[in-house]
Amino acid sequence: MSSFSFSLEEFSRVFDALGELYALSGPKRFPGKGRFSGTDLVKYAPLVSFDELELDEKSSMSPKSLVFPPDETTFYFNGDEFTEAPLEDERETVVFLRPCDINGFRRLDAIFLENGGTKDPYYLRRREKLHFFMIECATSFENCFCVSMGSNVAGEYAVALRFGQDSVLVQVKDERFAGLFASGAPSEFTPEFVRENARTVEVPDVDEMPPELFLHPLWDEYDARCIACGRCNTSCVTCTCFSTRDIFYADSRRSGERRRVWDGCHLDGFTDMAGGHSFRKKKGERMRFKTFHKIYDFKKRFGYNMCVGCGRCDDVCPEYISFAECINKVAAALKGGDAK
Amino acid sequence: MKENPYRPFPAKITGIKAETDCEFTLTVAASVAMTPGQFFQVSLPKIGEAPISISGFGPDWIQFTVRAVGRLTNALQELRTGENLFIRGPYGTGFPLDTFRGSNLAIVAGGSGTAPVRPLIRGALDGSLPVRSLRVIAGFKSKESLLFANEFDEWRTKGEVLVTIDKPQEGWDGPTGLVTEHIRAMKLDDPADVQFVVVGPPVMMKFAVAEVLLLGVPEDNIWVSFERLMSCGLGKCGHCKIDSAYICLDGPVFRFSRAAGLID
Ligand SMILES: Cc1cc2nc3c(=O)[nH]c(=O)nc-3n(C[C@H](O)[C@H](O)[C@H](O)COP(=O)(O)OP(=O)(O)OC[C@H]3O[C@@H](n4cnc5c(N)ncnc54)[C@H](O)[C@@H]3O)c2cc1C
Ligand code: SF4
Ligand code: SF4
Ligand code: FES
Repeated sequence: MSSFSFSLEEFSRVFDALGELYALSGPKRFPGKGRFSGTDLVKYAPLVSFDELELDEKSSMSPKSLVFPPDETTFYFNGDEFTEAPLEDERETVVFLRPCDINGFRRLDAIFLENGGTKDPYYLRRREKLHFFMIECATSFENCFCVSMGSNVAGEYAVALRFGQDSVLVQVKDERFAGLFASGAPSEFTPEFVRENARTVEVPDVDEMPPELFLHPLWDEYDARCIACGRCNTSCVTCTCFSTRDIFYADSRRSGERRRVWDGCHLDGFTDMAGGHSFRKKKGERMRFKTFHKIYDFKKRFGYNMCVGCGRCDDVCPEYISFAECINKVAAALKGGDAK
Repeated sequence: MKENPYRPFPAKITGIKAETDCEFTLTVAASVAMTPGQFFQVSLPKIGEAPISISGFGPDWIQFTVRAVGRLTNALQELRTGENLFIRGPYGTGFPLDTFRGSNLAIVAGGSGTAPVRPLIRGALDGSLPVRSLRVIAGFKSKESLLFANEFDEWRTKGEVLVTIDKPQEGWDGPTGLVTEHIRAMKLDDPADVQFVVVGPPVMMKFAVAEVLLLGVPEDNIWVSFERLMSCGLGKCGHCKIDSAYICLDGPVFRFSRAAGLID
């Protein structure tokens, strides 16, 4: 492991060199594309130059689309032939991301590569090509509660970076990137991690959730407030649910494709079965289902909580529903306190 | 990709049997090992994919009994012998055959729930699942909605088989009423020495299990099979999860003592 220091111009040149060898992805600002008029959208996108890397604002969408695109073709059909959809971009990818998201990928791995003992090949072929360049968080953003979730610290990165006013400090862990950064001045840099957030949550720690909590009145307020838009699911770095859709091309009924598309437990239709039966019709039940998955039942299966406290679900909810607050309500209800 | 668990394989249809006006049994050629209670992801390219239980199998064939209710299942009804079905599986945890072997086996099935339990009955018949005794209660809406009607007499050679329809109907002189009433009327010598299987629509299972418990059968001896929307069968898509259980992996068959704690 070695560390280096660069001026902004020097780093920009290294960034260009990196871009010659790798596909680069990071948070990028799209002016005027935000949720409200006059606001910007920050999301993960391909980066052409260093100045496109957005460092001042949290991305409202997570980097999970790099391994789990919102709409992915799995097979092409020609008559009865199933042909696996090829990967369009065969390049290795460097992604600039923060510690919570690195921990988020660990959760995605648990579902896509471990659960049920099968490796999802569509996920794996993208995941294998991914290299984490961790952006050090000097302070946390609004709504972050990574410290409470224990995901403020990450160790699984190839390169760690501190972006200062006029310098960039780099720690190189993965030797494959050593050459690229060798031109920098030697440095003692090791990344620091955020040790407190403005937001704190009390994460319930129970082996079995008491049945009363499933029916607790604390869920009722979400019946009316949540509009089932699913933004909390799509923005979340650890939401992994999808549906499968077949289509045929209009010009030829012989050919078509099978796709998998993001789905989410807040959306209508997520549990619809033949015969019109469905589960969790009420939005409050969906909120309960999501909350327990994020902070309780995933942990029963895998040993650690699913939520990494990135706070994106709170950032994007059009109804200003706070997931962090909801976790605290569950903790309070478990203690027998007033959860309202 | 070396291994793609999402890639189905073609299985040629060797037989089609209409059960009711909207239900039918497809026999396909395939040599795969499986356990009763498991299911396959069945698909047709460009149409869709859905989980379908095994309703019968042999060394080189599988049967699926399908109810036409939507895009895929309607298209399946159009298929002809010689055409291909695309399948991947088997998936899920089936019935605990080791526990059932040599047991007093009681099976209660409602409507389409008879499909997944049929291989148990066939196993008891052909000796691959030897049981001390077999009792079956199968409930259907009407005499038009009976599944496997031509097999009931054969089933009766192995045990006590009661087929009931919800309401009295012209041309039906057999039992009527919901399966729950018939469970209530069961006489069990030793309720703790029975393995009880209950499969059917969610509401039927709820009330049927309640009756079985009233008979004094321990929760650990009751087995249910869950149906949930499924998109992958592999523990990835998230649709079938209840609490920490994935129905496609940890089920669809559950011991009731475990199932009772699962809140959707
Ligand atoms: C473990 C397991 C075993 C099963 N075994 C069997 C079996 O042996 N035999 C069998 O017949 N079935 C079985 N099923 C059920 C079967 O999987 C479903 O009937 C099947 O998925 C229906 O698919 P489809 O494409 O035909 O219907 P779809 O077109 O997907 O529609 C099915 C139903 O979903 C609802 N729906 C879907 N989309 C919409 C929409 N846009 N708006 C409103 N409602 C909608 C409707 O109620 C509709 O009737 C099993 C299911 C599971 C989980
Ligand atoms: S973002 Fe808010 S309103 Fe939309 S589904 Fe999630 S909780 Fe409900
Ligand atoms: S549940 Fe909310 S805070 Fe937790 S990982 Fe998902 S988006 Fe981030
Ligand atoms: S069917 Fe996809 S997770 Fe169970």
